Amino acid sequence: MSSSVVAMHISDGIINAPTSAVFGVVAAGGLAFALAKSRAQLDERTAPMAGLVAAFVFALQLINFPILPGVSGHLLGGALAAILVGPWLGSLCVGIVLIVQALLFADGGLTALGLNITNMAIIGTAVGFGVALALRPLATRGRQWLIGVAFISAFMNTVITSLGFVLQYTIGGAAGASLGAVLISMIGLHALIGIGEGIITALTVGAVASSRSDLVYLLRGAPQHTRTAAAAQITPQGSAS
Amino acid sequence: MSTPPQRGRSLAFFAGFGVAALLIAGVLSYLAYPHPDGLDTVTLQGCSEASGGEQLRDDCLAQNADDHALADSPLADYTVGGNAVLLGLSGIIGVLVTLVIGGGLFWLLRPRRTENPTDER
Repeated sequence: MSSSVVAMHISDGIINAPTSAVFGVVAAGGLAFALAKSRAQLDERTAPMAGLVAAFVFALQLINFPILPGVSGHLLGGALAAILVGPWLGSLCVGIVLIVQALLFADGGLTALGLNITNMAIIGTAVGFGVALALRPLATRGRQWLIGVAFISAFMNTVITSLGFVLQYTIGGAAGASLGAVLISMIGLHALIGIGEGIITALTVGAVASSRSDLVYLLRGAPQHTRTAAAAQITPQGSAS
Repeated sequence: MSTPPQRGRSLAFFAGFGVAALLIAGVLSYLAYPHPDGLDTVTLQGCSEASGGEQLRDDCLAQNADDHALADSPLADYTVGGNAVLLGLSGIIGVLVTLVIGGGLFWLLRPRRTENPTDER
């Protein structure tokens, strides 16, 4: 079988070899940097949590949901991972998922691995976390607020990640196609996928926050009462100014 | 560091999180919408897809796409030995492999804490 509907990432030969190689270097450098930055954060609680987040993202990426008749989307996971375990561990989680998928499941080309990692593990996680961090004052107000912030972060993660592919295709696309058409199709479809990504991320982050708000990286460092508020069903009154 | 009840609470939470991942990969995966995703839709637009794996090379972004170098590997395309009915099993294997690689890497990389010798052997 040469093409399969369960293939989900960039295949080999869509972006030319030199461009793929450059993004391979970008991806390797990005993951190495994330690895160095994440070490200090690892302990006997965050290490298993991050491993589980990677496994959870792998599982969720299998769930293609309909966005249009005959067109599906699936979670990318950068915002989800970053909100739960932070940007450094988060990008490593998504990177590990992509490496396992490419090596074990023939999903995502081997020479395209750097392209896929750059888009989903680095750009997606950075954008997802950046939006979440900017909205963190809202996220600590209560559980509904956290869920809303998770949705927006995940939506932005999906849309901007799709622009990563457009950029790579602009630099080294191996076929002639109108860039404008590619840009519009990618943004349009990924805005729809982003809604699904937002819902899945919001549900997951909300579930983790309601049982273990101390394990939600985005809430870390927030005063205990606001963390409790983020875990509670009801938004607190007054004190959580 | 963690007191025993806290540790028990963490273990219960981690176990639940892991079971959720296994159920999603092993069971919910069968409900996935079996159509190309957004990226594939864009890259295949213009190329008529023939069934049986033979692609008519027309004019699309993926017109020069190669078969995956590991397309014949046992778990390729989330099957087990090419059997798509075993999607759930291949998903469960993927969750476990990801957990072992990710969790193992993060566990080994965690800095050793010297101020609390009871935590280490």
